[in-house]
Amino acid sequence: MSSLLKVENLYVSIDDKMILKGVDLEVRQGEIHALMGPNGSGKSTLAYALMGHPKYEIVDGQISIDGVSLNELEPDSRARMGLFLAFQYPVTVPGVKVADFLRHAVTNVRNPNRKEGEGLIPMREFRAELKSRMDELGIEAEFARRYLNDGFSGGEKKRMEILQLAMLRPKFAILDETDSGLDSDAVRFVSEAISRLAGPDMAIIIITHHERLLEFNRPQLTHVMLAGRVVERGEAALAHELHDQGYAGVRLRHPEAAAEEQEAAAALAGKQPVLAK
Amino acid sequence: MTTVTATSTARPAVATGFDEVALAANPTRGIEPVWLGELRQTAFAAYQKLLKTPLDPEEWKRVDLRAFQPSKFKIAAASTTPAQFKTLLESRAQFAGVVSHVDGHRVESRLAPELAAKGVLFGGIGELVAQHGELLKSKLMSVVKPDGDRIAAWHAAFMTGGTVLYVPRNVVIEAPLYSLIGLDRSGTADFSHTLVILDEGAQATLLEETASTTDNAPGLHVGAVELLVGQGARLRYVQLQNWNQHTWHLAHQVGRVARDASLQWTVGGIGARLAHIHQDVLLAGPGASAEVNGCTFATDRQMLSYYTQQTHQAPHTRSDLLYKDVLRDQARVVWRGMIRVDPGAQQTDGYQRNDSLLLSADCRVDSIPGLEIEADDVRCTHGSTAGRVDEDQVFYLMCRGISRYEAMHMIVEGFFHRIYDRIAVEAVRETLSLAVERKLGIGV
Repeated sequence: MSSLLKVENLYVSIDDKMILKGVDLEVRQGEIHALMGPNGSGKSTLAYALMGHPKYEIVDGQISIDGVSLNELEPDSRARMGLFLAFQYPVTVPGVKVADFLRHAVTNVRNPNRKEGEGLIPMREFRAELKSRMDELGIEAEFARRYLNDGFSGGEKKRMEILQLAMLRPKFAILDETDSGLDSDAVRFVSEAISRLAGPDMAIIIITHHERLLEFNRPQLTHVMLAGRVVERGEAALAHELHDQGYAGVRLRHPEAAAEEQEAAAALAGKQPVLAK
Repeated sequence: MTTVTATSTARPAVATGFDEVALAANPTRGIEPVWLGELRQTAFAAYQKLLKTPLDPEEWKRVDLRAFQPSKFKIAAASTTPAQFKTLLESRAQFAGVVSHVDGHRVESRLAPELAAKGVLFGGIGELVAQHGELLKSKLMSVVKPDGDRIAAWHAAFMTGGTVLYVPRNVVIEAPLYSLIGLDRSGTADFSHTLVILDEGAQATLLEETASTTDNAPGLHVGAVELLVGQGARLRYVQLQNWNQHTWHLAHQVGRVARDASLQWTVGGIGARLAHIHQDVLLAGPGASAEVNGCTFATDRQMLSYYTQQTHQAPHTRSDLLYKDVLRDQARVVWRGMIRVDPGAQQTDGYQRNDSLLLSADCRVDSIPGLEIEADDVRCTHGSTAGRVDEDQVFYLMCRGISRYEAMHMIVEGFFHRIYDRIAVEAVRETLSLAVERKLGIGV
C-alpha cells in the first residue's frame, strides 16, 4: 500500500514570528506535486518544518506519515521514515568524504533501527551501487572522494543533492528550488534526472518559481502559497498561468493574504519586529 | 585576606618530595655509569636553584598549577604484579620491536633479530645506558638542557625509565617500532626519557603511546623526548598521549634535524588532567625539514598546553606545523607557537597553523602564533582559526538519516582529516580516529 504524507492545519514560527498559518497538504507516494508562491510565502519554511529543523517551531497542527506523527521526531528519524529534502543551499562539510557520508546515510535509511556503531552496508556492494548511480547521473567517479560540497560549484552541489536522492530513494522527496542558480542545460539535466527517479515508490514535491522543472515532471497538483497558507490548488494549468502572469491574479483573488504579505514585507524592509499572530 | 596573589607566588609551584634523599633512593642508581650520576647531581643543583627562581610569568600565566601538589607523587619501585593497559595502538600493526614501561620500569623489550644483527639498539634506557654508555653519553640531555628550566632540571635529576632507539648508519627499518609508557599505581611519578638517535642515512618509524591502567589513579609524568636525526636520515615519530584524566603531564620534547634529514613528528593529545609541553624542532643543517602535526581533543576540565618552536638554524631549511584542536565541556587548550630564524638561515620556509573547533560554550582556546626572524631572505607564514560546530552542518547530515552523535563525529573527524591525510601510517590514523570516537562517546 502506498504511504501518505499529511500536513494538517500547520502553524510554524521562527524566533516567535509566525511564518506558516494553517497549512494543509496531502501527498501520496508516487505523486508529483508543485509548490509555488512568491518569495517569503513560506515554501522553504514548510520544507524545513517537514524535515524538523530545530529553529522552526511547530506551534499547532500535525505532520504525519501513515498516521504516525512526526512533530516530535528528530530530522534523522524523519529521514529514516522516508522523508528527504534536497536543499536550496546545500551545506559544506569539510573533511567528510562524499562516499563515507553516503555509506552512513544509506545504511541508516535502509536499516532504520540501526544503533550507533553498528555495521555499515558492505563496502563492495555500496561502491558498486554508488558507481552505477553516478554513471546514470553523469557524475565523475572522482566526486566520491571529494569532501562533501567543499569547493563544489552551484551546479555540482545540486547534482550532489540528486545523487543523494538517487541513493536514498525516499518515499517523499521535497526539492527546494533545485533549479535555482542553474543555467538551462543544468536545469534540463536535473529535470530529466528527477523524472527518471520518479515512480510509484517516490512522491516528489517540487518547490519552484519556474516551470522548467515541471516540463519533464508534470505535477498532478499545484499548490500556491501566499502569506503562510496554501491559497489555491489546481492542475498543471495553474502552474502554467503563474509562470505566464506571475502572482498578481493570486493576490487579487486573495486580498486578505495579499495584505498580510505586504505588511510582512514592509516590516522586513523597516527591520521592525513583527508581532506573533 | 587581600594578598591572595602574594601567598600563591611565595609558594614554589613545583617543589618538595624530590629532595636529596629521593635522588639517592632512585632505583636505577646502583647500575648506572658514573657520568649519569654526575649529570643527575648537576641537574639536581640546577633544580634546587631554579626552585628559588620565579617561574616565567609569561609562560605560566596561562597554565594554572595551583592544584598541583608534587609531594603527592613519588618514584615507584618495580611492581610484582603485571599491569593491563587498554592500549590503542599496540594491536594494530606488526611491529619490528616493542618496549614497554610500567611506573618507570621496563617490563618488556624485544627487537627483530635481523635488526639487532645490524646494530640497531631498542630497549629501556636503564640497561642501554649501562651497556652502551659511551654511545649515549654525548646524546642524553644534549638537546633538552638539564638546566633549561625547572621542569627540565627536575626531569634530568630524577629520570627513570624510557625508551632508547639507536639506528646505525644507512640502516633502514621498514616496520614501525612501538613504545609504551604506562602508569599503573596511584601516586606514581614517571620521569621517563625517550631518546632516538638516527645515524647518517638511517630510517625508522617509532610509535609511542602513554597510557594508564585505571581511569582514576592520579599520576605524574615529568618527561623528555630527544630525537636526533642525523645527516640525510628520516624519522617518523608519533606520540599519542592518552593518560587518564587525573595525570599531570609536564615535558620538554626536542627534535634536532641535521643536514638533508627529515622528521615527521605527530602528537596526539587526548588524555591528562593538565599537560604542558614544550615541543621544539631544530633545523640544524642545510636542507633539513620537519613536519609537525598536532591533533588534540580536550573534554571535561582538561587543560592541554603546547608551546611549540620551529628554530631554523641553517639556510635552506623547511618546517611545516599544523595543530588541530577540538574542545568540549569546560576544557582549555593553549597553543603558543614560535618560528625562529637565526641570522644566516636564509632561504628558509617556515609555516605554522593552528585551527580549533569548539563544541561547547564553556570551553576556551588560546592560540598565539609568533615569528622571530633575524634573516632577511625567508618565507615564514602563520595562521590561526577558531570556530564552533555549525548547526547547519549537523542539520544537513541529520536530514540524511545520520544521528546527531554520528553527525558530530563526522564533523570532528572531518576537522582532523587534514592531519590524518598527512600521517602515512595507517595504524596511527585508525588509532586517532578510535580515540576521537571514544571521547565523543562521553556525555554526548
